[in-house]
This record gives sequence, structure tokens and C-alpha cells, in this order.
Amino acid sequence: MTVDTSSRTAPPPRAGARRRPRASAGTALGLGSAVLYLSLIVLIPLALVVVRSTDEGLGYFWKAVTTPDAWAALTLTIGASAVVALVNLVLGTLIAWVLVRDRFPGKAIVDTLIDLPFALPTIVAGLVLLALYGPESPLGVNLAYSRAGVGLALLFVTLPFVVRTVQPVLIELDKDMEQAAASLGASPFQTFRRIILPNLVPAMLSGTALAFTRAISEFGSTVLISGNLPFKTQVAAVNIFSQIEGDNTTGAAAISTVLLVVALVALLALDLLQRWGSRRG
Amino acid sequence: MAIEVRDVNKSFGTTPVLRDVSVDVASGSLTALLGPSGGGKSTLLRVIAGLEHPDTGTVRISGVDATRLSPQRRNVGFVFQHYAAFKHMTVFRNVAFGLEIRKRPKDEIRRRVMELLELVHLERMADRYPSQLSGGQRQRMALARALAVEPEVLLLDEPFGALDAQVRKELRTWLRRLHDEVHVTTVFVTHDQEEAIEVADTVVVLADGAVEQVGSPSDVYDNPANPFVMRFLGPVTEIGGSLVRPHDIEISAEARPGSGAATVTRVVRLGFEVRVELLVDGREAWAQVTRGTAERLALAPGDIVNIRPTPGARSLTLTGA
Repeated sequence: MTVDTSSRTAPPPRAGARRRPRASAGTALGLGSAVLYLSLIVLIPLALVVVRSTDEGLGYFWKAVTTPDAWAALTLTIGASAVVALVNLVLGTLIAWVLVRDRFPGKAIVDTLIDLPFALPTIVAGLVLLALYGPESPLGVNLAYSRAGVGLALLFVTLPFVVRTVQPVLIELDKDMEQAAASLGASPFQTFRRIILPNLVPAMLSGTALAFTRAISEFGSTVLISGNLPFKTQVAAVNIFSQIEGDNTTGAAAISTVLLVVALVALLALDLLQRWGSRRG
Repeated sequence: MAIEVRDVNKSFGTTPVLRDVSVDVASGSLTALLGPSGGGKSTLLRVIAGLEHPDTGTVRISGVDATRLSPQRRNVGFVFQHYAAFKHMTVFRNVAFGLEIRKRPKDEIRRRVMELLELVHLERMADRYPSQLSGGQRQRMALARALAVEPEVLLLDEPFGALDAQVRKELRTWLRRLHDEVHVTTVFVTHDQEEAIEVADTVVVLADGAVEQVGSPSDVYDNPANPFVMRFLGPVTEIGGSLVRPHDIEISAEARPGSGAATVTRVVRLGFEVRVELLVDGREAWAQVTRGTAERLALAPGDIVNIRPTPGARSLTLTGA
């Protein structure tokens, strides 16, 4: 047939079969600097923490992690972070949607405000939250020294992640796709579920993973409002701090290592999900 | 009539884009909406599809008033200039989309989709994603997707506009053949007069949001309703206050009835066609002649020749020219 010329297009390259291009001198220099910098700033300190955590053997590592207060802090942190990440997954997507698709007065201001948790020192966030939801709350809502308070603080600092990852994708989303779906008979809900959502999922997941990893490491915003009650409201980062104050650096390093592994697993899972997503799109 | 558009007006803000537009599209026809960009042709197509709402006027599809119907209830197939492929779905699932929405049984969907993919020559691409297809293939996939739901009318918005010239030409011929096979009432938007004349059996010329002329391709070419249509549909030149097609000008050495003198200023050979630039009464004009004629008359710049419109040629008198 006359039009079939294009069917001869080569199959898409497979990731494994791709040949590695030879690096030019400029690339080598850039790559070298990047690796050196990354090593100095990230890899070596992290490796040191891991090494330090096993200074006194794996048995000690395990004991340090499973002391009741450390274990409580870790489970609280990971549990609360997971809940917070999920809440932000839904509400962050909703906010991104409103910011992209709706018109309302003051939109530019709201758009700027989203970044405030990034810009603000987290201790200031803690202070603000304590003033608003503390014992002297003008709203009559007292969340101080409760797990709800911890959650609130984590929600505050991790809000921007999902919003800022979903927003650009939503802006770039081809509106013709939605109109095509409508003309093929899809209801607005069907269009959202079958067309819009699948295109947003990679960004939503990546924002959620970032929010989660940020939440498990949070210190400043929770330290004030949580009251740091061991077994109740003390988060892992604060627990690490108190271990160091108690001169137990190995224990502190052990808990740090657990957080590190959890964060790494979350980021790895994210990367796998994104590879899976990009293969399809 | 498959589509009846009556007195449609539409403005974006204060800018009118459609002004009292009335168009009938016969069942089973292949109609082109032709006009310059910004002429309102895409808006008219979107009004028919329900993607835009007219400010006033009505749209009837297969005799049913569709003016207030949402796009999903009009049963029209729409093909977009930039394909609007569902990027996250395979070619198969793209085409199956409308049928899945209609909850057809799985094996029926499978059969119908494979049938359509064969029709658009994409049967071997069923498991690819749109990003792995060329532009022409994507547009054929979009066409199959629109045809899958057996629409009452098929609407194409500059369907070949984003493709390169070669693929464009192929798809044009192919669309014409496809229409002869499928017989679905089809309306497509184009700003390319050649495309409209080659593919369509009815041409609707739109400019500035109003219908200038409706007719068969030869009708609008040979009997243009006004100078705008004549200029838009093909080359024209102005001689003695009239618009004439350059290929309708006769050049001869000796004077003939109705002819006038002209000076040749330039002779451009374009293969078979020769473009003769002339000066008539101090005004520039040009004529299109065959190489044979040019050689027989030995045309060269500076020659004084006699020109006249070919007997029977259509010309339009320009008022106020």
C-alpha cells in the first residue's frame, strides 16, 4: 500500500542494548567533578554513618535500634510519614489541579504560598503551628504534644512536593486528549480516570516518595509541637539527637542507618515505578 | 442531510469568529471546510462536534437537534490536527477506547479493533505505544479510533496539517479511498485549496467567519462567487480591471478580436509550464503558457505581443479597481 512506508521504522532501542557513547574530554571533566562533589557531600558522610553504626557489632546495632524508645520513635516516624505522604498525594494533586485548571482571584499568591514550607526554616514552621494549634490556640484546637501535632507539622513541611511535581505535568497535559475522550463517549469521570490520572501517576508517585523521605527526616517543625515525649510523640530525628546528647553515637548512627535504608528503598521504588511508567509513554 | 448548521454565531470575547453561518452536509459526502487561518473553519467544526457552543443558531445531526447535546452524546468522530493520541495506551487500546466505554463484549472489541487497524494498515502496530509511531501512523490510528464507535459523522480538524508534504499527499489519496470504502459522512478542515479540491466532493469556502461559497470543487474553481474565492482557490492575474486565471490568457504575435497589446518583461521556465510576466497598460500581469507555445512565439523580454482571455474563460470584473 502507498501509505505503509512508515511501518518500516526501526523498533525502539532497548535499554540494555544501547551502546555507551565514548565520553569526550569535556564530559569526563564534568563527570569527574560531579562524582567527586557527590562523594564529598553525600556518599562519604553517609557511608561513615553506616560504618559507625556497626562499630560495636551487629548485635549492638540491633539492640540500639530495638530499644523501646528508639523503636517507638522509628515506627511513629515511618507510620506518620506514610500517612502524611498519602494525604499529600491526594490533597497535593487536588491543589495542583485547582492551580492549573481553575481561575480565581489571588491565584498567583496562592501559587507562591505553596513554596513557603520550602523557604521557611522548619523551626519557624514549628513555632507558627504551636502558636496556632498549641495550648493557647486562638482556634481552641490543641494538638500540642500529640501525634496529631506531629502529623500536622509533617503535612506542613511536605505539602509542596506533590503539588510541585504534579503541576508541570498537568500544565503540559494535552487537552485534545480529553476532548478526544469526550467525543468517544467518555464521561468527565471516565476521562479523568482513564486519561488524565494515568498520565499524572508517575508525577504523583514521585512527589509522594519525596514527601515521604522528607517526612522521615523531619526535625525542626516537630521538635516544638510534639513535646518529644518518648514512646508517644518523639520522632526518629529527635531520638537521634537525644542519643547524641546522651553520648551514644553508635546508637544514633544505628537509627540513622535505618532511616537511610528506608529512604533509599522509597527512592528506589520510585525509580522503578518511573522506569515502568516511561517505558509506556 | 447528515448535518444542518443554521444561523450559527459565535464570538470569543468581543471578536466574532462565526457570523450567521448556515451549512448543509449531505449524507455520505466528503466535505471540505476551506479558508485562510482565522477564518472560523475549525471553530465551525468544533461547534458541530460539541466542543464549542454557538452563541446563537442550531446544529442538527441526522435530523436531531444537537445544539445542546454534550460531545459524548453526539456520536461524532473527531480527529485532531495533533493526533490527541492517548500516550499511555497501546495502539490497540487507543482504538478500543470508545468501545470499552460502551461496554461492548471483549471478543467483539478485539474483532472490531483488528478490523479497523487493518483498514488503516496498522495491524502490525497494535502493541506499540503512540510514541513509537510516525506522525502519519499516529493520525491513521486516531482515524481508526474515531471510526471505531461507528460515528454518524466524522470530523477532521486539519488532519494532515502537522505532517510533511510527502506523507500529506499519500494520506490525502488514502483518505479519499477510505471514504469510498466506509461511506461515513465526513467533514474536514483545511487551508490548502489543492487538498480540498483533490479530496472533497463539496467545498465550503469560509472567510472572516462567514460562508463565501459552497459548491463542487470544479464549481468553486471555475465559477467563484467573488474575487476572494477566485484568489483563494488558485492563481489569478488582473487584466483590464478583471480577474483572470493566468492559464486562461492567450498570447499571440498578431492582433485578434478582443486582444490588446502587452510587453513581455520576463520569461520564467518551470519545466512544462512557462510563466510570462507582462506589462499591460502600465500594470503588471502574468500568463501561464506551455513550453511549446513559448517556443513557437520565441518569447523574449521586450517583445510586444497580443493577449486576450481564452474564449470561454471565466473572469470576474473587479469593482472599483
